[in-house]
Amino acid sequence: MAENRLNNPVKAVVIGGSAGSLDVLLKLLPALQPIVSFTAIIVLHRKNSGDSTLEDLLAGRTTIPVREIEDKDTLRPDIIYVAPADYHLLIEKNLTFSLDDSEKVNYSRPSLDVTFESAADVYGDSLVGILLSGANSDGTNGLMAIKKAGGITIAQKPETAQSAFMPQQAIFNVPIDFILDIPELISFINSLNK
Amino acid sequence: MIEEAEVDILVNDLYELYGYDFSNYSRASLKRRIIRLCTLDKFPSFAEFRHRVRSDADYLKRFVEEITVTVTEMFRDPLFYKCLRAEVLTTLAAKPFIRIWHAGCSTGEEVFSMAILLKEAKLLHKSLIYATDLNPAALEKARNGIFPLAHMKQYSENYIESGGINDFSAYYTAQYGQVKFDEKLSEKMIFSIHNLVSDRSFNEFDLILCRNVLIYFDKPLQDRVFDLFDESLAQLGYLALGSKETLKFSMVKLKYKQLGKEKIWRKIG
Repeated sequence: MAENRLNNPVKAVVIGGSAGSLDVLLKLLPALQPIVSFTAIIVLHRKNSGDSTLEDLLAGRTTIPVREIEDKDTLRPDIIYVAPADYHLLIEKNLTFSLDDSEKVNYSRPSLDVTFESAADVYGDSLVGILLSGANSDGTNGLMAIKKAGGITIAQKPETAQSAFMPQQAIFNVPIDFILDIPELISFINSLNK
Repeated sequence: MIEEAEVDILVNDLYELYGYDFSNYSRASLKRRIIRLCTLDKFPSFAEFRHRVRSDADYLKRFVEEITVTVTEMFRDPLFYKCLRAEVLTTLAAKPFIRIWHAGCSTGEEVFSMAILLKEAKLLHKSLIYATDLNPAALEKARNGIFPLAHMKQYSENYIESGGINDFSAYYTAQYGQVKFDEKLSEKMIFSIHNLVSDRSFNEFDLILCRNVLIYFDKPLQDRVFDLFDESLAQLGYLALGSKETLKFSMVKLKYKQLGKEKIWRKIG
């Protein structure tokens, strides 16, 4: 099982997705145990709207604190951070978040690649990257960066994804450590609590 | 691929040779911009990229233009503009003269948005907007007030959502895929190079807008810039930031009061 492959304690889990991924999160979050030893960061493609309904929607499904990121927020374990709409999300070496409103990447802002690559730079082999359902190829380069830095790469099992394209692209192009359905994702993440 | 140490070398070069100080820029973002430019211009190695930056002044221009982010739009975050209309401008209306500083104005879309707001509040005639940026090419675009026609649909929607009631297209004339905004709007704008990292305060203002610029700075530099704004802001003046930026982590926060949920603070201390 998954946890046997983990040599280093995991310090961060980045979860990215696009079309169909919100449904996965709504099933995933209620089943998560309080996280104590790592930071969870969620980056979703979504439309820019004035209010932060995604944060509220997710917060309603879990007792773990959920927070939409503001520029220069400090990363803490035990919180689920959500990337705001219309900004790229980067992580600094001093464990603060930076936002960036430069050009879209893969037609997307936030881009999963941008956050995954930045997280790989900071966390190296103590990072887990999870790519969920989606209809474009964002996230593939990001998972590649995580793999190169020694982290763990996970893709949602394409048969279980509303839009299989995104995880499928990653599986074609990146060495993926685990291809998991939703119950397996839940037990994997819960197993990371040390 | 570019290493952290190479970013340091480049940052050092830029300062020593040209006086551009990027040392307190958000590092993750700066590094990504540098890698992007290096890839875009197909440099085979960091050494060659560095050589070009050091030896070619024209390329330096391109470097500054590409490294500094110029993404902007008119009436960006319409609810923010709605609040400017409803609360800020109605208060400033009482003043005989209104001075506004748009710091890091990039290509000027938000400066023209501001001018339209002032015009609709019948305040433009007694206002002056100082629009500054460190990127000369962006500033030149802002000065011309010419923007792509293709963006107008989105801008018009933003404008309406911000509380605009006029026909948005009345503010510009379209030609060859571009639009030029009414010169009456730009009569009250003064464009000038200003570098928030190194330049000082140059006037006292009733409203300072600096939106999505500070996200590119680290915390110490953000604090420096907040001090600069504080120094440049009249008592009871307003400071407006980007939608995910905050005064919350700054040293000057106790002197400011936020207007509801919007990223607008009033100087009360």
